[in-house]
Amino acid sequence: MMKGRSRWGGPFVLTNATDEMSDDLQTLRQETEAALAEAGDVRAWDAVRVATLGKSGRLTGLLKELGKTPPEERRARGAALNALRDELSEAIEARGRALETAALEARLAAERVDVTLPVTEAPRGLIHPISRAAEEIVAIFATMGFSVAEGPDIETDWHNFGALNIPAHHPARADHDTFYLPPSPGLDVPRVLRTHTSPVQVRAMRTETPPIRIIVPGRTYRADHDATHSPMFHQCEGLVIGRDIHMGHLKGCLIDFLRAFFALPELPVRFRASYFPFTEPSMEIDIGCDRRTGILGEGSDWLEVLGSGMVHPRVLANAGLDPAEWQGFAFGMGIERLAMLKACIADLRAMYESDLRWLRHYGTSPLTPTILHEGV
Amino acid sequence: MKFTLSWLRTHLDTDASLDTITRTLSAIGLEVESVSNPADRIRGFRTARIAEAVQHPNADRLRVCTVETGAEAPVQVVCGAPNARTGLHVIFAAPGTYIPGSDITIKAGEIRGVTSAGMLCSLRELGLGEEHDGIAELPEGTPVGADYAAFAHLDDPLIEIAVTPDRGDALSVRGVARDLAAAGLGRLKPWLHDTVEGRFDSPIEWANDYAEAAPWVLGRTIRGVRNGPSPKWLADRLISVGLRPISALVDVTNFFTLDLGRPLHVFDADRIAGGVLTLRPARTGESLAALNGQSYTLDAADCVIADASGVQSLAGVMGGSASGASETTSSVFIECALFDPIIVARTGRRHQIHSDARARFERGIDPALLPSALEAATAMIVDLCGGEASEVVSAGEMPAWQREATLRFRRLAELGGLAVDPDRAVARLEDLGFEVAAREEDSVRVHVPSWRNDVAIPLALEQDPTLDVTIAQRAATSVPAIEAECDLIEEVLRLGGLDAIPPVSLAPDSPIPARAFTPKQTRTAIARRALASSGLVETVGFSFLARDIAARFGATPDALRLLNPIATDLDQMRPTPLATLVGVAQRNAARGISPVAIFEIGGGFSEDGEQAIAAGLRWGMTPRGFGQPSRAPSWSEAKADLYGLLAALGVPLDALNITTDAPGHYHPGQSGVVRQGPKTVLGRFGALHPAVLAASGIEGAAVGFELFLDAIAEPKRRRKAAPELSSFQPLTRDFAFVVARDVSADAVLRAARGAERNLITAVRLFDVYEGSHVAEGHKSLAIEVTLQPKDRSLTDTEIEAASSKIVAAVAKATGAVLR
Repeated sequence: MMKGRSRWGGPFVLTNATDEMSDDLQTLRQETEAALAEAGDVRAWDAVRVATLGKSGRLTGLLKELGKTPPEERRARGAALNALRDELSEAIEARGRALETAALEARLAAERVDVTLPVTEAPRGLIHPISRAAEEIVAIFATMGFSVAEGPDIETDWHNFGALNIPAHHPARADHDTFYLPPSPGLDVPRVLRTHTSPVQVRAMRTETPPIRIIVPGRTYRADHDATHSPMFHQCEGLVIGRDIHMGHLKGCLIDFLRAFFALPELPVRFRASYFPFTEPSMEIDIGCDRRTGILGEGSDWLEVLGSGMVHPRVLANAGLDPAEWQGFAFGMGIERLAMLKACIADLRAMYESDLRWLRHYGTSPLTPTILHEGV
Repeated sequence: MKFTLSWLRTHLDTDASLDTITRTLSAIGLEVESVSNPADRIRGFRTARIAEAVQHPNADRLRVCTVETGAEAPVQVVCGAPNARTGLHVIFAAPGTYIPGSDITIKAGEIRGVTSAGMLCSLRELGLGEEHDGIAELPEGTPVGADYAAFAHLDDPLIEIAVTPDRGDALSVRGVARDLAAAGLGRLKPWLHDTVEGRFDSPIEWANDYAEAAPWVLGRTIRGVRNGPSPKWLADRLISVGLRPISALVDVTNFFTLDLGRPLHVFDADRIAGGVLTLRPARTGESLAALNGQSYTLDAADCVIADASGVQSLAGVMGGSASGASETTSSVFIECALFDPIIVARTGRRHQIHSDARARFERGIDPALLPSALEAATAMIVDLCGGEASEVVSAGEMPAWQREATLRFRRLAELGGLAVDPDRAVARLEDLGFEVAAREEDSVRVHVPSWRNDVAIPLALEQDPTLDVTIAQRAATSVPAIEAECDLIEEVLRLGGLDAIPPVSLAPDSPIPARAFTPKQTRTAIARRALASSGLVETVGFSFLARDIAARFGATPDALRLLNPIATDLDQMRPTPLATLVGVAQRNAARGISPVAIFEIGGGFSEDGEQAIAAGLRWGMTPRGFGQPSRAPSWSEAKADLYGLLAALGVPLDALNITTDAPGHYHPGQSGVVRQGPKTVLGRFGALHPAVLAASGIEGAAVGFELFLDAIAEPKRRRKAAPELSSFQPLTRDFAFVVARDVSADAVLRAARGAERNLITAVRLFDVYEGSHVAEGHKSLAIEVTLQPKDRSLTDTEIEAASSKIVAAVAKATGAVLR
């Protein structure tokens, strides 16, 4: 829309030539300026521009006639005409800019909206607290060199019990409240829903060559259903096998984990002797808390959070590792329990109830970091 | 296992505080479940004496008592009990004392114009009994001003511990005391017991036809007994741990069960027919009316004790009521037996009987204790009930329980992480009853005590049958010695407390840890975040559900039906998590929560095995918003969810094709199966079948998808070519094709895309029209084709040629004509 280049300086600058301007040029100047002032929109403005500077514009016409001017006048006339052309071009451009600004302002004013109008937000999805806790557990153990192993939910009786030194009719078996399935067609192998993630220990020892460091988050099942037991729940198993892994490593590893998971560098951790068929020595692990307030790391009470121990020589041998050569530790924790403690969730059953109001309250954004340096 | 501090002290010489005892118990593996003191409920009650009781001036039934309470001046108390009399020793509650039996706190006050500064109490008011004939009468000579709870021996903390399945020996007060002594909390008192000489041959003998279940049994008859209530000390002991005293004969057996972990049974000898008690397997159809009032139909694997008239006892589990000792019993036969732990456990479990005897036999009792325990029990019965004892009769013999174990001291540090001083380690073992057989500089060999059924037990391994034989044998050969050594290490370490072991951080093999996830696990993690990012909320549901619900979503083979479901609506392994999500949607809808947009990643089960499935579901009208009307979910959103997920997982979408053979839980006309190549099914999507929704109690439309995470191919590790980034403007051309209605849009798009592969970079469908401007049975598909010149601008002729190719290709593939 704007053509030619404007000069430095503002519009309507009077040049030296003005004094020598002839009457016809004075008239042209005055009339053009008046027409410009009158032009209220871009169309009217463009008409003035064309009528003045266009191919058959008045000033263009005068410039064309300059050749016909007697040579003695030509120089002065030429200078005056050029000066006038410059002056009018400048004026036209300036007027054009002003009109454009005004038009834009008018448009902006017309386009004003009520920005307090509510907008439709994209629905927010969330990660379940159990998944979140499992991701955090894995993230922490991953920095200690663990990798994630998995196994089937439907296990053979041998993987779930026999290999783990829980022979048939062992009292520990009764404690497990096992769900049984018919043998799979064609194979006469008793099947159970795994009662713990420990069978994956056996699978790892069968398929991997030590040293082994694995962590096994997964679904587990026991026929127990009340306020604090769910027939399906999640465990996270850990297994470390090496030539010189001892109970000090077990303690260090789990203390480091618990303090990182709860983000409490001074969290008190207590180890109590206990019994599990698949570990020896065995221990249960408590963390310090105030039972009255539920605050971890304070008070003088203890909460059991983990079971662990040195892998039983029978378990090693059942899976084909020579206990004279290999040793290590294993541990298991309830993911729900850790999630509930960390997020102050009171009711286990709500985890599986899938009430969207509950999930929105306790769920985690998918963009929350799952790597340690960004914070878990 | 419950015991009181005073009972513990009959075996343990200790000055340790209750707190130290309970902390130590937990630390050494006898986890304390609760500690309570009955005296806590009756704090503030004191012994007192009524110095003088006179008639209340204004009330016939009241007395004004001057009570000596141990304070300097006597206290005046108004009392309504008829037995309040001068000189009586009583229980006094000063103002401010809480009365548990009537749930009030005593205040000083005036009763009918006479001040009363306290209360004289009945046992019922203390919560200690039901009698309420008047105030409690304490014996003559009771000291005045003593704490009543202490005076009545009620200030005796009750400790309950959880005993792990390996520690049968700790199911006895003596066993607990032994552990505490070994942990340094005092000295185990010697166990002294009397012996009773047999005066006659026992008229009842043993016969053993089931030696596997009962390797060794002892017994003897005591005649001329007089059964009756137990003396106070014995009754109090049983009451203190929550047992009801029954009669002296029965209470003696219960006492030894708890005190020594040695279950005993007494038969009324006069009710045993035929003079022989036979141990044998139960016979088909036999039953027993047991002491708990229940009747049990027995199994051939049960071991019973029978006389000529039938079964009299379920061995090691519970006696029968017919031959049990009663008030009139004058002659008893004491059974002191060793029963097989597994057979007892099976019988107990089969009949759901949880008895103190079973708990001990199934963990294993001390086989060497039988003779002395029988002597001790005989002595106590003769002491309490009189009578004379017969010779001991027996069947079988003491099994060889002797075992040895060796500890190499360096293993305490190598396995246990703590270098315990060898002398100290040996001392701890000796305190537990291990006897040193040979001591070397670097190791010790010990005899295992008879009561430790958890140490150095030879058991068959359950090795993986697919193991290489050499490997399996080498591993198996190492087990016995190493296991026994582990047992000893555990004993030494637990007694010193595991907190003494210094923690050592587990350093990773490399300062930069290797990846923890397999590619498949990474996919699952990405899928979870991608679905949540697209607005779906993650749920976690049970892997099993009601069979009829499961059947709506796939096959429900019997092989995937739980044999013992916890509830009938949780009996079938689900074919897909989508089945669970439909239930979730219904539950939320029933609570007025709408819309529902959810997903679950979990197992789907079929006869082919388990597969990881990411499933999502949308139900309910979207909320009305400014500029956005409410709408129901459409099949296309489920497809967008699935395709978005596939894209997030790096699956090239162009290479996929869709077939319309989705399973029956989808709407047959609004669903598809996404395939990669002819064999691989990646997922399926669509509107859910209205009949399935109706059966699930869901109103309105719902759409969903399933993605089979295992079907996604591993990403290939190959060098990616650099992208061709043309500097020439792409141009677009629009085409409208008329095709028969059943021609798929996919066919048209595919044909157009393939018409000029070097030039066409994108083909987009932007309109579908059916109606008056198109012939009946036809539809118009409008597409936009993007042409991307590579090294120079296209001429009009070239563009024209490309357009012709597109039209021809689409026409050939679909019969389309340009509109």
